[in-house]
Amino acid sequence: MALTLKLNGETHTVDAEPGTPLLWVIRDELKLTGTKFGCGVASCGACTVHLNGEPVRSCQTYIEDVEDAEITTIEEVGDDKIGAAIQQAWIELDVVQCGYCQSGQVMSAVGLLSENPKPSVEEIDDYMHGNACRCATYQRIRAGIQRASEILEA
Amino acid sequence: MTINTSRRGFLKGAAAAGAVLLVGARPDGALAAASSETAQFNPFVKIDADGTVTAIVKHFEKGQGPATGLPTLIAEEIGLTMDQIEYEFAPSNPQVYNNLLFGPFQGTGGSTAMANSWMQYRQAGAAAREMLINAAAQIWGVDASGITIEEGIVKAGDNSAPIAEFVAAASQLEAPAEPRLKDPSEFRLIGNETVRRKDSAIKGNGQAMYAMDVHLPNQMVAMIKRPESKGGIANSFDDSASKEVKGYISAAVLPNQAGVAVYAENTWAAIQARDALEVDWDMSGSETRDSDQIKAEIMAALDAEATYNVNKADVAAVSAAIDGADTVVEKTFYFPLLAHAPMEPLNCTIEQTAEGDIVLHDGAQMPTGPHMAYQQIFQLPTEKIHIKTMLAGGSFGRRATPDADYQVEAALAFVVTDRSRPVKLVWTREDDIRSGYYRPAFGHRVRVGLDADGKIVGWQHQVAGQSVIKGTPFEAVAVHDGVDHSSVEGIADSPYDIPGMALGLTDTPKATTVLWWRSVGHTHTGYVMETMMDTVAEAAGRDPVEFRLSHLSDTNNADQQRKAEVLKLAVEKAGWGNAPAGRAQGIAVHKSFGSYAAQVVEVSGDPENGIKIEKVTCAVDCGIAVNPDVVRAQMEGGIGYGIGHVMRDQITLTQGAVDQYNFPDYEPLRIGDVAEIDVHIVPSAEAPTGVGEPGTPPSAPALANAIQALSGVKVTTLPMVENGVSFV
Repeated sequence: MALTLKLNGETHTVDAEPGTPLLWVIRDELKLTGTKFGCGVASCGACTVHLNGEPVRSCQTYIEDVEDAEITTIEEVGDDKIGAAIQQAWIELDVVQCGYCQSGQVMSAVGLLSENPKPSVEEIDDYMHGNACRCATYQRIRAGIQRASEILEA
Repeated sequence: MTINTSRRGFLKGAAAAGAVLLVGARPDGALAAASSETAQFNPFVKIDADGTVTAIVKHFEKGQGPATGLPTLIAEEIGLTMDQIEYEFAPSNPQVYNNLLFGPFQGTGGSTAMANSWMQYRQAGAAAREMLINAAAQIWGVDASGITIEEGIVKAGDNSAPIAEFVAAASQLEAPAEPRLKDPSEFRLIGNETVRRKDSAIKGNGQAMYAMDVHLPNQMVAMIKRPESKGGIANSFDDSASKEVKGYISAAVLPNQAGVAVYAENTWAAIQARDALEVDWDMSGSETRDSDQIKAEIMAALDAEATYNVNKADVAAVSAAIDGADTVVEKTFYFPLLAHAPMEPLNCTIEQTAEGDIVLHDGAQMPTGPHMAYQQIFQLPTEKIHIKTMLAGGSFGRRATPDADYQVEAALAFVVTDRSRPVKLVWTREDDIRSGYYRPAFGHRVRVGLDADGKIVGWQHQVAGQSVIKGTPFEAVAVHDGVDHSSVEGIADSPYDIPGMALGLTDTPKATTVLWWRSVGHTHTGYVMETMMDTVAEAAGRDPVEFRLSHLSDTNNADQQRKAEVLKLAVEKAGWGNAPAGRAQGIAVHKSFGSYAAQVVEVSGDPENGIKIEKVTCAVDCGIAVNPDVVRAQMEGGIGYGIGHVMRDQITLTQGAVDQYNFPDYEPLRIGDVAEIDVHIVPSAEAPTGVGEPGTPPSAPALANAIQALSGVKVTTLPMVENGVSFV
């Protein structure tokens, strides 16, 4: 069935059955491959996108539930000043290793700083708990969020 | 060096639009240069007419840093900034891009990327530099000895021009046989703290392209329905329910009957159609054991005489010395199966070109493996097979299967089609956890005797487990006198001076498909050696650090001294012995892949209510740290990988079928699990050794030793959560 999606400021009409995870529409239909498939069960966070500014796991978000929402993916999140600060901090600190989870890490980190501009270490660990990184770049993710917070404060 | 002074040749080259300078090696290993991409060799460095320099990186990038490290070597020797060099991954060609430590085989593993490329890439860069300088000498009519290249600018007196000006002329020269390499005192990029990764930006903004991101026109997505346990055979299938799934195309039994390929227009359709597929399996030849049974077999092997006397010890004499010792300590260890679980589920895409060539798009860790397999499967000559290496979302060993398992699976799924559409094989996380290759389960039993002075008089060490390497093409190089070195590495070659060592090994029967897992044998041998060192030190009434150093005291033994130095540095940086109230420390030091790493883990809490990992302090000696920040990152990652698994992960089998499914029951290390990691690098003038794996082995035993120091609990069966140790 035809569905209308508002994604990264554009309106897309996609052909997808109800029950289709938003992840696969983004990746396979719209060919926006920055959003990653990691587990399919909302356990790793690699597929994190923003729905009206809030991070959600797109592998467990169904296409029929997001028709009225503003969806933002990693490809556009840097247009926002918080996204840009996170991405700058990620480069400054060389947070990434294999990088496959990092789109999701960035999307969650932007979500965190959007609601809490100066999170404590405990608040970072709590908020980012669901974003797995098999390379274990966690220490740098933590530092990256703190650095982005500083960039935004300046 | 020889200079081609043929004017005709020079003009021809200089006039050619888009002249390029290529520097690489001929099949005999000698440096070679050429002016166009049709040259009879593949380069390590390519300089376009506009001066764009590209490093051709022969190792894949799974996060460990070669896409930064190898270009650094070339930029250093030419005289460029890191912004003036690009990288691309080498095509599959085991003659040119082989791992110099693997023989005629292109591949990444064993923490060798930098170690084997160090001289090769520097020489290629130095040759390019010398050719550019000689071209400038010709054109400017000055002596080459007065010409420099810095930050991409060629200078001699008042003459100054970017390297682009000399590419055409340089491409007409022959490569110097032995270009002068920079002295370490001249290094500007190697060892420089400010050099950043070249792949950070694209990995933070979604532009990085992994194999999973390949969308070829008209491609199909294939998923394989596999048997519940290894060894099942697909007889037939019923896809009537799959046909209800929109986007489902077809299904086919793989030619080897190892599974049924399900083809669909997209990934989600493939997932659903595969779920709906019914397969008639012949499970008569499949694995039916439970993991408890496999464990019992390993433990029984420890009770029997070892098959292999690894170090040719006088076992009876060692045993007698221990029997007669004043104090005897004995411990038995068990290590479970572990999955690698790289973040990017396995996948690759295969297509046939109009010319009948086969192209594989893959995060290819060992391109020669699938390349050779494809020659067989497709009956094609080597030059008709092409492997495009993409960024890889982790590996930890999983992508380096000697049998090229998933690439062969993709080829089999492709050959049963009419080959008109590319096939993208995708594994789900469940496929990865349940149908994969695993770190084999291992058992160890160690009996140590001490005399009245607390000195070791005998160390009898039995190891039992499934060999990773026997039966693979690597057997010829890694198995000697029946001993798979990877089962006993870290014990057999330990720098510790341990008197009366007797090391025995027994291979246990195949339990499942097994594979090297970040740091291979060191994952269990390092744990056993380093927790035993604490146990024995305790029995001797000695400090764990002092006890270790007393077995590394030969000042003429560089191996012992380097190990002792990292130990001392970690101790100093961690404030050994001065843990804050309520905390305890544990230490471990281990050599693997030519590098030395020592770690102090500091913990608080208690096993019952939860251990908190407060801090890990790491010291590493990996020779020259080409990129210190990448070295630190690899230590941080290696520590996290080691600690994460021993805390709570294992793969278990019920009647041969894997019990775990996905991350909820194979829980990755999470951000809050380790509060802080502090890495220190030992300054060194030695050639670089590995960093991808050496951070892993000491992490788990250092944690175990810290828990023992805190609570007295000795964890000898992993994972720790199965032994009454919980974490917060």
